[in-house]
Amino acid sequence: MPKKSKKIMTGAEALIKCLENQGVEYIFGYPGGAVIPIFDALVNSKIKLILVRHEQGATHMADGYARATGKPGVVCVTSGPAATNAITGIMTAMMDSIPMIVLTGQTITPLLGKDAFQETDTFSVSMPVVKHNYLVKKANEIPRIVKEAFYITQTGRPGPVLIDLPKDTTAGEFTASTLDPEMDIPGYKLPAKIKSVDIKAFAKQFKNSKKPLLLVGHGAVISKAHKEVLAFAEKIKAPVATTLLGKGAFPESHPLSLGMIGMHGTAYSNKALIGCDLICSIGSRWDDRVNTNNMEFCLGAKKLHIDIDQGEINKIVKPDSYLIGDAKEILTELLKHVDPLETGTWLKEMDFYKKEFPLHYSNEHGLTAQYVIDLAYQITKGKSIVVTDVGQHQMWAAQFYRTDYPDSWLSSGGAGTMGYGFPAALGAQFGRPKDHVLAIVGDGGFQMTFYELATASIHKLPVKVLVIDNKYLGMVRQWQELFFDNRLSGVDLEGNPDFVKLGEAYGIKGFHIDNVEKAQEIMTQALNYKGPAIIHAEVIKEDNVFPMIPAGKSAYHMIIEPPTEKLERPSGST
Amino acid sequence: MTAIKSKDGFTHTISMLVANKPGVLVRIAMAFSRRGFNIDSLVVSPSANEKFSRMTITAQGDPETLEQIIRQANKLVDVIHAWEHNDQEAIHSELALFKVRKKGNSKSVINGLIKAFQARIIDDSEDSFIIEQVGETKELDKLEDILKKYGVVEMVRTGKVVMVKGHQPT
Repeated sequence: MPKKSKKIMTGAEALIKCLENQGVEYIFGYPGGAVIPIFDALVNSKIKLILVRHEQGATHMADGYARATGKPGVVCVTSGPAATNAITGIMTAMMDSIPMIVLTGQTITPLLGKDAFQETDTFSVSMPVVKHNYLVKKANEIPRIVKEAFYITQTGRPGPVLIDLPKDTTAGEFTASTLDPEMDIPGYKLPAKIKSVDIKAFAKQFKNSKKPLLLVGHGAVISKAHKEVLAFAEKIKAPVATTLLGKGAFPESHPLSLGMIGMHGTAYSNKALIGCDLICSIGSRWDDRVNTNNMEFCLGAKKLHIDIDQGEINKIVKPDSYLIGDAKEILTELLKHVDPLETGTWLKEMDFYKKEFPLHYSNEHGLTAQYVIDLAYQITKGKSIVVTDVGQHQMWAAQFYRTDYPDSWLSSGGAGTMGYGFPAALGAQFGRPKDHVLAIVGDGGFQMTFYELATASIHKLPVKVLVIDNKYLGMVRQWQELFFDNRLSGVDLEGNPDFVKLGEAYGIKGFHIDNVEKAQEIMTQALNYKGPAIIHAEVIKEDNVFPMIPAGKSAYHMIIEPPTEKLERPSGST
Repeated sequence: MTAIKSKDGFTHTISMLVANKPGVLVRIAMAFSRRGFNIDSLVVSPSANEKFSRMTITAQGDPETLEQIIRQANKLVDVIHAWEHNDQEAIHSELALFKVRKKGNSKSVINGLIKAFQARIIDDSEDSFIIEQVGETKELDKLEDILKKYGVVEMVRTGKVVMVKGHQPT
């Protein structure tokens, strides 16, 4: 009997096999000439291809999927303009330590560097915004590179990895013997296991502190250390403030919670920053939204730092002591060596500040964004996966949508990418189909990526999109009002589309809220609607986010209530 | 390239063992450039293991920024290690070529001048000499200053390379 000749795989088929072996469920992609072999190989794969409407949408979707599930999001786009369109989403993922694999098409290897059609040097263009990247030269390298990429993107401090695939490597024959070769990354270093002597020495640092503060950041969320953070805070009886991306690492309805800290954080968390005698960062990078002025940051307080990335040590703050490693592992060990602290007076002080300076808003001048967000919080009982865009609504959402559960607060923190929220919410819904996903976006940011309404509609993703519409680029308008004599420049968004009709154009149900009286009823209907919905909330046009620490000033200069006198222009970065 | 003549007193020598792959040099250069650091000299060469290359970089600037650059370089997947070395623990050496105009300079005069240095004439053309010098950076600086008075037409220096003494790796 003649032997059946074994069909030779293409590089693309090998690639897809490797992705399947990595457990990839979804690829968020957009086709083009240089990736046709990959899209062809996807036809016979169990991996579901989500055809987006723009490559930026694909990267944010993959990002939302990754944040909501903890698994890497996978993107596949073509060369040239597609790769550059993806860059913003890759940069966003890099800034917030998100695992993501980005596959880009490339011209054939003999034409590299010869200005071929749709050729750009994606390897170089992406280099500053990735954890690592590859330019594939031969089909047979694909399995090793994919294996390394998935390992690198998820381990240590996560970050995006890009693989640039010239078309001849994916269309060409794959002749290697294995799809599971050895990795070859001798320079890739993960933190060593922490010695018990170092844990003990670090634990000693807490001794005698009467006013400790735990600053919990995104690293604690990524490490899934929420139980350990809770146990640690309760054991040493320390108040906990989170960064914007630390929301979810500690329940905000817990008595020890001070909510979000920093530029638009709660007044009491920033009071704690001023008053503490010890601050311990768990997976935060002392970012300039928190440490708004390094010279006056936590004066006199002992500074401790737990981070998985040795590159964060001494970068902003020189800690008195530090541990490099995974937050969950470190806290588990640390718990064994710390004793309860005498923090009674300190916690009373915090309670006083909470009562004296609570987050608040009033609808006396009309419907406010804060009220709308608060309503959403009440109606969903705080159980939505909240995905925000960037701007005033983001800060109000951080303040008024309290986060009690891990992996349920998704926001572009480091990059501050407008347009992130809506596609990221779709990615989160793909990853967690049974959960309630609420995108809270501004009228500005939503218009940057609303083209993905098609994706939401086609896949019947029941995401609720709350559009906070004040017809301004509100955060910039706030700065212009407070620091630039209210000389408004380039912030007027009058002429916004009718967002309900916009949704209808895509077959998506729309709800409209423009007054306080009906808000609760409509919001309840909208949030319980089965299917994708836009909730267009027209709120008062001019409202500002407080508290506020002007950029470059320390927490001592926090503005809690609207100022009555003229403010000097901020010296700090954005 | 005004190598090694530190104006602020902070000249740093960093030795790196890196993967022998395309793009590594760009990644490392970016760690410097994004922090506004100028590289004074950079030497890339094979290492004893063909999988890896050796890089020796000298740069000036404040020690804190440099610490950050080294930390960021160590984070790169293609960097096996990046370490700063001081003159006590490491041997350092550099090679220079000087092209000196012949006009009025006899071979014996030049030979006399370079005698005190580890230098020699390696080319004797119609109108110029090429002098080769191997030694420590500061010795190269000295001869450079002397030869400039005699008309240096061209100069090229390899940049500093270092190797740690004893059993410690570089």
